[in-house]
Amino acid sequence: MGTIVQSTATAPGRFGPYGGRYVPETLMVPLFELERAYEQAKSDASFQAQFQSLLKNFAGRPTPLQFALRLTEKLGGPRIYLKREDLLHTGAHKINNAIGQGLLAVKMGKPRIIAETGAGQHGVASATVAAHLGLECVVYMGTEDMTRQALNVARMRMLGAQVVAVESGSRTLKDAINEAMRDWVTNVRSTHYLLGSVLGAHPYPVMVRDFQAVIGRESRAQILAAEKRLPTHLMACVGGGSNSIGLFHEFLRDASVKMIGIEAGGRGGQLGEHAARLAAHQGFTGARPGVLQGTYTYVLQNEDGQIATTHSISAGLDYPAIGPEHAWLADQRRAEYSAVSDQAALEAARMLARTEGIIPALESAHAIAGLVERLPKLTKDDLVILNLSGRGDKDMDTYSRLL
Amino acid sequence: MRTRIQERFRGLREAGELGIIGYITAGDPSLDATLKFVLALAQAGADVIELGVPFSDPLADGPTIQRASERALKSGTTLASVIELVGRIRKASQVPLVLFSYYNPILQMGLEKFANATETAGADGVLATDLTAEESDDYRRILAAHHLDTIFLGAPTSTDERLAKIAACSSGFLYLISRTAVTGAKDALPDDLPALLRRARAATRLPIAVGFGISLPGHVSVLGGLADAAVVGSALVAEIEKATKTGPSGSAIDAAGSALAEKVRSLKEAARHGLSRREVAP
Repeated sequence: MGTIVQSTATAPGRFGPYGGRYVPETLMVPLFELERAYEQAKSDASFQAQFQSLLKNFAGRPTPLQFALRLTEKLGGPRIYLKREDLLHTGAHKINNAIGQGLLAVKMGKPRIIAETGAGQHGVASATVAAHLGLECVVYMGTEDMTRQALNVARMRMLGAQVVAVESGSRTLKDAINEAMRDWVTNVRSTHYLLGSVLGAHPYPVMVRDFQAVIGRESRAQILAAEKRLPTHLMACVGGGSNSIGLFHEFLRDASVKMIGIEAGGRGGQLGEHAARLAAHQGFTGARPGVLQGTYTYVLQNEDGQIATTHSISAGLDYPAIGPEHAWLADQRRAEYSAVSDQAALEAARMLARTEGIIPALESAHAIAGLVERLPKLTKDDLVILNLSGRGDKDMDTYSRLL
Repeated sequence: MRTRIQERFRGLREAGELGIIGYITAGDPSLDATLKFVLALAQAGADVIELGVPFSDPLADGPTIQRASERALKSGTTLASVIELVGRIRKASQVPLVLFSYYNPILQMGLEKFANATETAGADGVLATDLTAEESDDYRRILAAHHLDTIFLGAPTSTDERLAKIAACSSGFLYLISRTAVTGAKDALPDDLPALLRRARAATRLPIAVGFGISLPGHVSVLGGLADAAVVGSALVAEIEKATKTGPSGSAIDAAGSALAEKVRSLKEAARHGLSRREVAP
């Protein structure tokens, strides 16, 4: 790879060298408009009141921070708390961001929203918010994901959304984003692209993080109330990285708090067999900084700069790039990243189901598996908050087949 | 020192004639075939040829060019091999050549290495679809040092202020996207295109090429009074797809080459006999 020269001075939305805006020109002015609308919304008391009200009365916030007694006893190491985002309306943290951006779409006068979805949780959240706010909704989803997350396809359709099957590429999340961006370029004047993760061009990585940061704000207050001290470790799974950044953000200034993101290790380290962008230290190959779908970040790719196909049993983690803020946190060693295998995630899901009575989403099961693999490095004095980002109803087909 | 692109637009302006820019995806169905296609297009009168570098995730492209990119990647095409192809074309033709790529392959090769190889091979300019003016400081500096034109896209959503900024980053010509859309042939030109062209004219003295949705001689006739060049892409790529449907045999490649030449000849004819800037513009 040649030297990558990046200018930071003129470019907004940078996390160190990462982030930026790499999009077809047609989308630049809409991105500026979105940024302006978002900046205004931040200090708009009525927008904030509406947002808080929907989070509370529609989505069900605050979510509990539950002490996982039996899991703590079983693992015999740190005290473990679960942030129960799985208890939210629609079943995952994705609703936080969908409410925020849905309100922004209304504020900007856009009657139509489009979204991409991998696991289907963001698609369901978008369809839900669109129905609630009276917006038209189109969701792009790879056909591979439509098969493995069929329940969520049915939910989106019941909510009145149109689900468009994407047949290109690996027929997963990346391809759904390509198709959503093509729709946006074409219908940009009437349409808001409700991007579901901390990916894409500025302002998305910042805006989605801010809408998800409620996870960390609640967690910090809840753990201080329950334990009278800060956690020693935060753990969360990382696909694009919205649930993890949502948990991490409020703790960034707490230098004693270690942050650990768990990626999808799939079937092994060879390019194409995994979706681990920041776990080269574990032998996962193929990630280098590059530009994909609007942002400069670590991307799984071949020598020629063609984006690699990925594999994960979890549709929500099956994506070749990672949010640019995570790339920066990794470079700074402020957060650590490692990957666990499909098999480890499956076993972790079963363990959580049987020790705590919670069936987690396959994505969140990766975080549990990451905790299990880290046990040798943890002591009884450690205090862990693990983000249980979603529930496992959507994955019952996979669980019944493989467990 | 003027690039071949700048020379060609000077000639077109003197003749009061609309230029025809042809786009094809390099390596579709093979680089050898692309060499033949480029020579056929040049012979038929194409003024500039854009060589598309295939990318795994062509998010600004419609289905026709998406399929072409897949075929080209399947045949093993890389950015490095497209640059090599430029060298082979140069042995036979002096037609102005633009590399049309997504940014990541260029970034992975490294800007300096890319610019050096591209200049040495004999290309004249580069357009990176998803590189905006804002992110282009190093790119422009390095490409300019290698005498390569940097062509940027203007869009219907671009404000007057942005059009001026984009034009200031561009050399050779400004590529104006005719509509809010992905690439792909359309029946009619958008109604607001003349207004967009007037805004672009006010923003720059660079030649202006209009693309996205241009495929018919009728489009070219109308554009003659408004723009300096018309870009035809998906319509050419569709000819290649049609002719090689049953496989990239030698006769299929020849048939595709003839179809491309015929298409460009008809567009060029319309450009010569349609409205011209000489008659319309001040």
